[in-house]
Amino acid sequence: MMQIMEGSHAVAEAAKLCRPEVVSAYPITPQTHIVERLAEMVADGELDAEYLCVESELSALSVCLGSSAAGSRVYSATSSQGGLMLMAEVVFNVAGMRQPIVMSIANRALGAPLSIWNDQQDSISLRDAGWFHLYGEDVQEMTDQHFIAYKAAEQHDVLLPGFVCFDGFILSHTYEPVDIPTQEEIDAFLPPYVPYNKLDAKAPISMGMYAPPPDYYMEFRHETDQALQRAGAAISAAGKEFGEMFGRDYSGHTESYRMDDADVAFVALGSLCGTVKDAIDEMRADGIKAGLVKIRTFRPFPATEIARALAGVPKVAVLEKNISLGSAMKGAVGPEVKDAVTGTGIDVYSYVLGLGGRDIRKKDIRAIAALAEKGVGNTFYGLRTEVL
Amino acid sequence: MALRIGCAAAPGRAQDNKTGSWRVFMPVVDMEKCILCGTCVLICPETAVSDKDGQILFDLDFCKGCGVCARECRAEAITMIQEEK
Repeated sequence: MMQIMEGSHAVAEAAKLCRPEVVSAYPITPQTHIVERLAEMVADGELDAEYLCVESELSALSVCLGSSAAGSRVYSATSSQGGLMLMAEVVFNVAGMRQPIVMSIANRALGAPLSIWNDQQDSISLRDAGWFHLYGEDVQEMTDQHFIAYKAAEQHDVLLPGFVCFDGFILSHTYEPVDIPTQEEIDAFLPPYVPYNKLDAKAPISMGMYAPPPDYYMEFRHETDQALQRAGAAISAAGKEFGEMFGRDYSGHTESYRMDDADVAFVALGSLCGTVKDAIDEMRADGIKAGLVKIRTFRPFPATEIARALAGVPKVAVLEKNISLGSAMKGAVGPEVKDAVTGTGIDVYSYVLGLGGRDIRKKDIRAIAALAEKGVGNTFYGLRTEVL
Repeated sequence: MALRIGCAAAPGRAQDNKTGSWRVFMPVVDMEKCILCGTCVLICPETAVSDKDGQILFDLDFCKGCGVCARECRAEAITMIQEEK
């Protein structure tokens, strides 16, 4: 049913519809409204789940890991350094122990300096942890991605956790019309979780064992990587099935917007794509042939799909709400896009922008297109040079 | 051993892990010097040293080569030698 709903509350509804048996989270701006609403749902008897209050995010994800290992479907949500970064040790363990937890990330900048505002540094910084990463552009997409995430994560040839990422405040605190499926519809799409391994006193096992010599460590890392590659197909299949049931297709890891005969293509993740699409419409009206490749799945990285989408475009501008400090291209996404099109002669540039919640406007997108045309890139965009 | 998803394992015994593969230096005893005091048998943290019929025996499946036996041997009968593997 279509409703006007705050992004965080839509995510809480989505989490509820997935029937998690355990929810554990610690409130942190800008994720707080999600877990606040879920706590209300449990207290009001709308959601039959254990809601475990903990003293920190490290504890929250540890509770989730243990609960998932015991065979439950588990949900959490977090953000930024006090949250996701504090969880980091467990984030890697969840993937290594192959527990299909789904966690929402209301993207926020990392300190220092302290910022509560949006960029994507938090989730991007944990791109190597073994979780799959989905990025939503609007409230509808980020809501739907939760259903897809559980469906893909719990496939027995995947068994990996996933982040559903969306821009803090810009999406988490924005009211938009959103179609919330019914419980019956989601029950038909997402069957109950069937664990592959679980902790059971009658048939005891340990998980995440020490891998001593003779060494198995590399082989386990290899297996996790293979599973994450398979997650790509599972996400795509779940996105296709979701499309057939609900009319919103998410089978693609990327979405192309006005890419036909484009002279310059933007690559972006998340809410920024909406602004970019509007800017492209204006540029096209003025005769500038621009297009967008939106990345919906960042891990596993859809290199083949990106290469296909960018084929024949001379200049590519990757818009980065993150910085890989000390790297040559500056953004973390740019090198992967560049690698995807290596040998094709396409020029790929990174532009770091919008850090710590700095506004990004249509005129900025147009200015970046002009920089890319001139071959100027791998740089910050929009620095206040007067304060440097 | 085939890998199990999530590095999961059924309960087992530590004895199943033959930690002797960690060893770099191997103890060798000179029975001409040994006074059979039994200190090495008592002190070995892996209980990898035993005495039987007047001989000192090292269980190389578990000896990690720590050298405590050689260090504590009052007769200086045990030497640690680099092992060719």
